[in-house]
Amino acid sequence: MPLSDIPNLTIFEIHNKLKNLDFTPTDLLNVIFSRINDHEPTINGFISIFKEKAYQEAEIIGEKFKTGAELSLLAGIPIAVKDNICVKDELTTCGSKILHNFRSPYDATAIKQLKKAGAIVIGKTNLDEFAMGSSNETSYFGPVKNPLNPNYVPGGSSGGSAAVVAYGGSIGALGSDTGGSIRQPASFCGVVGLKPTYGRVSRYGLVAFASSLDCIGPIAKNVCDVALILSIIAGYDLHDATTVDFPVGSLIPDKNKVKDYTLGIPKEYLEEEIDDEVRKVFNDTIKELKDYVREIKIVSLPHTPYHLPCYYLICTAEASSNLARYDGVRYGLREKSEYLIQMYEATRDVGFGKEVKRRILLGTYALSKGYYDEYYGTAQKVRSLIKKDFDDAFRECDLIITPTSPTLPFKLNERITNPLAMYRSDVFTTGPSLAGLPAISVAAPQKVGGFSVGIQIIGRPFGEKEILDCALAIEELNK
Amino acid sequence: MTEDRYEVVIGMEIHAQLKTKSKMFCACAVQFKDKPNSNVCPICLGLPGTLPTVNFEAVRLATRAALALNCQINPKSSFARKHYFYPDLPKGYQITQYKEPLAVNGFVEIDGKKIRIKRLHLEEDSGKLIHSGKESLVDFNRCGVPLIEIVTEPDINSSEEAVRYLEELKRILTYIDVSDCDMEKGHFRCEPNISLRKAGEEKLGTRTELKNLNSLRNVREGLEFEIARQTTILTRGEKIIQETLLWDEKTKTAQPMRSKEESEDYRYFPEPDLPPLVLSQTFIDEVRKEIPLLPQARRQLLISKYQLDKNLVEIITEDKKFADYFDDVVKYCSKAQLVANWLVTEVRGILNTRNIAITEFPISSDVLAELLVMLDKQEITSKAAKIIFEEMLNSKKRPREIAEEKGLLISFDEERLMTIIKETLKENPDVVEKYRKGKTTVLGFLIGEVLRKVQGRFLPQRVGELVKKFLDEDLR
Repeated sequence: MPLSDIPNLTIFEIHNKLKNLDFTPTDLLNVIFSRINDHEPTINGFISIFKEKAYQEAEIIGEKFKTGAELSLLAGIPIAVKDNICVKDELTTCGSKILHNFRSPYDATAIKQLKKAGAIVIGKTNLDEFAMGSSNETSYFGPVKNPLNPNYVPGGSSGGSAAVVAYGGSIGALGSDTGGSIRQPASFCGVVGLKPTYGRVSRYGLVAFASSLDCIGPIAKNVCDVALILSIIAGYDLHDATTVDFPVGSLIPDKNKVKDYTLGIPKEYLEEEIDDEVRKVFNDTIKELKDYVREIKIVSLPHTPYHLPCYYLICTAEASSNLARYDGVRYGLREKSEYLIQMYEATRDVGFGKEVKRRILLGTYALSKGYYDEYYGTAQKVRSLIKKDFDDAFRECDLIITPTSPTLPFKLNERITNPLAMYRSDVFTTGPSLAGLPAISVAAPQKVGGFSVGIQIIGRPFGEKEILDCALAIEELNK
Repeated sequence: MTEDRYEVVIGMEIHAQLKTKSKMFCACAVQFKDKPNSNVCPICLGLPGTLPTVNFEAVRLATRAALALNCQINPKSSFARKHYFYPDLPKGYQITQYKEPLAVNGFVEIDGKKIRIKRLHLEEDSGKLIHSGKESLVDFNRCGVPLIEIVTEPDINSSEEAVRYLEELKRILTYIDVSDCDMEKGHFRCEPNISLRKAGEEKLGTRTELKNLNSLRNVREGLEFEIARQTTILTRGEKIIQETLLWDEKTKTAQPMRSKEESEDYRYFPEPDLPPLVLSQTFIDEVRKEIPLLPQARRQLLISKYQLDKNLVEIITEDKKFADYFDDVVKYCSKAQLVANWLVTEVRGILNTRNIAITEFPISSDVLAELLVMLDKQEITSKAAKIIFEEMLNSKKRPREIAEEKGLLISFDEERLMTIIKETLKENPDVVEKYRKGKTTVLGFLIGEVLRKVQGRFLPQRVGELVKKFLDEDLR
């Protein structure tokens, strides 16, 4: 096996080869960094890379492998991290000018856990500014291109993480998902991305966009790697009062389990506007799956038409609050001005991009006196109804299966001027986010014009194992 | 100006700092004396990505306060964000309790009147701005310190009553060890709102709010200033403007800070980073058990148990530790009246001159009791007791030891006393002469002279008897 093929191996396979001393973590890094060198000029997936540090760690872990020590499966595995997750002493820009020079003095809990397992954080990946976007075109550091075809967007907002995994610039990556920001770019780039149950992975150290929706989750080339990374970062955290003290258990997926599962297809999702190619691939996949699962049936999520408006009200309201701390007083960008209020105004004007400003304004309006009940209050009530829809559906099936996005990847600049069209990319992913449910995107077997189509599998709360089982079954259909 | 045409209506908002070791939402120490920005962490600085977690000790103390103030505890309360831009507020919002406060519907009783408490809730403090020349600096040490906000109904009708309410509230909070309530240090901040209405009217008048009152004296003076100001305006037939006034201690006047029309929209919304605070009945019952006898109950107990004077009891119960000290001394010396007198005059005198708290008083309760028992049993005179007391303040010796060393134990050697009396009379032939001529009022002088010579070694009563007997017998 030529070393350059390493990025196509699973983490488990790489681990065994590292253990057998077939190659060293340093060799692995060499391959990864050469891929990065080749692709970054076109793709722009990374904002910062910690080459020197990564090699130092690789050397140390390599020595440990030489002594025959029992190491974690993630030991020596390169992981890229979305640049809204804090890594101690490194830049955490959130793809924004306002934080372009901000270095975090602490590690996010997920990063702490990865480091403890010996994973090597190789760099921070590009994203839509403050994770707001579905195309990765709103980053202060420029757009990310889709490695499958650089004229197309990689999806957003974890587009950087999905892209670098797709071109082999990292074995795994962390992304964050608020309304689909892991699943949609995973779908566009043909990789696997999982949004865990809200409260499953600590948000401590994830720069907040919409606190009641944000989740950190893994992106990797295959289902097993995603399961493995999730098992390392999941768990209760004293630093995050919204994490749940619920045992993680084994997440090793087993495709044979799907014979016990009933899959539900929400009929309202099929009534949405969906690209013909996407619809065809989805239907074909369902046909193929039929032989393996117990049953596939149509279920109902009656409030589907409200998923997007409800999502955009809640996420903008929370964003307007969460982004209030970027005022130029303590860190990040500060525009000079004689008076305090003018300094705030100038800093925020220059520091935030268009989409972020749009969302802050929308959210501020939704929370302001006289409008709170009408907008935010109503959205909260609708959110409860959406949750209930899913509860009801899960009485009839074990998993819900949908396309991840109603569209194939679109071209750069195609939708940037039409925010409503852009927001529609999230039509299938926002529902599970509002309900706090775990969901995964895995590529369907058929390809369309060089792109794959993502299939989303949604599970019951803490049903990560079940969605992984089913995703693995779909992945196996490819072979 | 006919002031009594108007009724004064005052409501109070009080912020009391909870006595926790660490901050409300992180593990940083609550300590301001240190160098600015030395007790801060990414969480209380609101750095990107950080999340708050509730300090349960603060919840416990706030619950204790709510129970002591007769409040109903909400089994489920929740946190909210209150937004405004200010450099000392690092997150751009303050975490507080809004729609669902920790507790509601309490009261504080002063002189038989109930001042109703509308709500009591938990929140975090902000940092502090330091202005120097053209520069402004921020110290975040105070940022995230736990506070309780206590809001009354507009039940207070005079500055006097306001001060009484604050005194009692401070006393209760210090009794239950929830806050130090040091106004000068900002542990206890009060913001009264004042309005006037014609006597008998139901509807409340336009109110103003007073800020920057950092002592009870400022509260009294500020309120009196504002009541007078509003009275003048209303008497002239003019209207009160709703505004916030800043009290200036030096000029003794209040100046408008900002008018309410410009008041910000705080855009409250539920804090998504913190799940609701759910308190079990078991927890509430457990906290209830931590509440000691409160000042009012304690005053009543002292009056009924020992028949002590009301004023004396008030002084004793002013400070819980002082009242505890009283109780301890009474354990060893059952003469409560004697103990009370001594504590209020002698002990308090020392505390005042040395400017120390009762907890720093050098004489332990049992040792002081020993002295008072000696006094009560007439083993020493009260004069001797004071001499011994002085000595006890500076040495570790027991009172009896001091009394013996200094020869202050009451002597029953009457022959010796007779000799002294004789001597004294001999030295004052004129006075003796006057007495003999029937001017009996000089007796006091002669007794005094003898007492001075015996230096507390004999009972004054016995000295008096003997002097009189001696003079009278000598007459015969």
